[in-house]
Amino acid sequence: MIAKLVNFFGDAKYTRIRWRLLLIVLALIVLADFLIERHHTEHFWDAVPGWGAAFGFVSCAAIIFVSKFIGHKGGIMKDEDYYD
Amino acid sequence: MIEWFHPALLMIVGGLVLPLFKGVWQKSLSLIIPLLVILEVSQLTAGVNGNFNFAGIELVLFKVDKLSLVFGWVFAFMAFIGNLYSLHITDTGQRVSAFLYIGSAFGVIFAGDWFTLLVSWEIMAFASAYLIFASKKQPAIRAGFRYLMVHVTGGVLLFGGIVLHGIQTGSFLFGPLEYGQGGSLAYTLILVSFMLNAAVPPLNAWLTDAYPEATVTGAVFLSAFTTKTAVYVLLRTYPGAEILVWFGVAMAIYGVVFAVLENDSRRLLGYHIVSQVGYMVAGVGIGTEMAINGVASHAFAHILYKGLLFMGAGAVIHMTGRRKLTELGGLYRTMPWTVALYMVGALAISAFPFFSGFVSKSMIIAAAAGDHSATAALLLMVASSGTFLHTGLKLPYYMFFGKDSGLRPTEPPKNMLYAMGIAAIFCVGIGVFPGLLYDLLPYPVEFKPYTATHIIESLGILMFTLLAFVLFLKYLDPENTISVDTDWFYRRGARLFIWFANKPVLHWEQFLITLGDGPGLRTLHRWSERSLQLDTKIIDAAVNGVANTARRSGETFRRLQTGIVSHYGLAMIVGLIAVVGIFMLFGSRGA
Repeated sequence: MIAKLVNFFGDAKYTRIRWRLLLIVLALIVLADFLIERHHTEHFWDAVPGWGAAFGFVSCAAIIFVSKFIGHKGGIMKDEDYYD
Repeated sequence: MIEWFHPALLMIVGGLVLPLFKGVWQKSLSLIIPLLVILEVSQLTAGVNGNFNFAGIELVLFKVDKLSLVFGWVFAFMAFIGNLYSLHITDTGQRVSAFLYIGSAFGVIFAGDWFTLLVSWEIMAFASAYLIFASKKQPAIRAGFRYLMVHVTGGVLLFGGIVLHGIQTGSFLFGPLEYGQGGSLAYTLILVSFMLNAAVPPLNAWLTDAYPEATVTGAVFLSAFTTKTAVYVLLRTYPGAEILVWFGVAMAIYGVVFAVLENDSRRLLGYHIVSQVGYMVAGVGIGTEMAINGVASHAFAHILYKGLLFMGAGAVIHMTGRRKLTELGGLYRTMPWTVALYMVGALAISAFPFFSGFVSKSMIIAAAAGDHSATAALLLMVASSGTFLHTGLKLPYYMFFGKDSGLRPTEPPKNMLYAMGIAAIFCVGIGVFPGLLYDLLPYPVEFKPYTATHIIESLGILMFTLLAFVLFLKYLDPENTISVDTDWFYRRGARLFIWFANKPVLHWEQFLITLGDGPGLRTLHRWSERSLQLDTKIIDAAVNGVANTARRSGETFRRLQTGIVSHYGLAMIVGLIAVVGIFMLFGSRGA
């Protein structure tokens, strides 16, 4: 069973089903965010439906691009024999 | 009677006895002793044991309370899991050093006075260094020496701080330190040495430099004990030190940024130790009861999921001999169990609902949001997204899926899989039954992790991180590079120092020697001949003595500059980094 489950995430023939599944899950999360009751809100973001989704997407994109920018332009990434 | 029996004693004596046994006996013993330690920890109750007077100083070898017990429990579990994972190895030295390392970690968490803490601290550094040297490759040996150099420097800072603190307060009992009371220098020295072991930037590079070079099994132990004992002592001595909030938040982000650039599987995981310990350091800085609970529970969860992740990456290295993401891929076909167990650890560190990170990390973020600033909480949430991006998506994608490397390794040895399985059970068990962990915590827990808002918000952050990962995958490809971290100062910076020692200083020294051998000596001789007439015995002997001393010290200097001076150079650079750290502390305090 484990092998089948792992294979589902690896095998290219399931790509379309994986995409569909992902989009359904994403839609459900955003939908649920509009439906749940908010008893108390400590910060402004607790009151915004879809906040988590937007925050996750923007954070991830920012981490990828800002880090690669710093790595390439900031001289952090060096050849592997740099210290030899 | 049993509460007198210190778990450290069991591990250290056990470790020393191990070499007397061979083969299957030694292996069995390496599992039985950790089981006895678990049993022993289960019998411990709060109280002070084993205190005695040593040269006028009160030593408390064994002090137990709820906080130290949380760490005691997880150290004991990890001792068993780690030894099960390394059951197949034949290197007795590694087994012994792992035992001494864990034993001394127990020594730190149950220490009631500063000297017991210091001695345990030093044993930890040396015992753990062996786990790096034991991989026997040239880069590992070099990294091992750098690791030792950094930790010995940290130990000196700690020793200095303890002595100053002891002189100023008259007490060596281990407890909270306050700025200004007992001297600000002692406060700072001890803080810097603790931050060094917790891998707080800029004192973090020893971790990501050395851990990936350790043996496959050694890295599993390393990932668990050093940084977490540092978190423990920070919790004891600096709760509520506000500067730690910002160091912790910076750490959480720092690890995430460097993990994007990383190509070495275990170095990437190392950067995520830095990031995760950042949450704990920030929690120490917040210092409320909820934050302290959060830190203790996160340390507990972290040791188990991080151990699991290191075991997963280690299993790949063990089976393929490769550690670079650019050289791996497609292993899911033949290692499905390794993939599945690794992913449990990845979902736990990413704080998915019903995994351990969800019930521990969120307590720290909630403490930050409730007590402190929204900025700290938001930045920690950015780091959460990064954690899933790297350990949950990037690393498994390039290691197990992605392009096919053509490698078809089998699953690792059974003992490795079982060890991973036990850790995975903990990761899920804590997530599903958080009450089990919450009951161990030092303060009563009012925090409820499973609310609809919390679950939906977390899932939103995590699943949309996944969407961004899929969309921007091609920008994330690992590259064949290494990243410059603060170890640059003692790896490249030291070379500048050695150049300076070899060129200008050596020339100046040569000039002085020529001067001494030539005109200098001639003058001396003439002078001594003349004085011979005055007093043959005394003056002549003295002058010859002076000339000999001059020549001898010249030779000593020459020897210093050819070999050993490089070591001095390293020590000075490391010291310099420490000074910069102290400066930063004072700087931000003033601001």
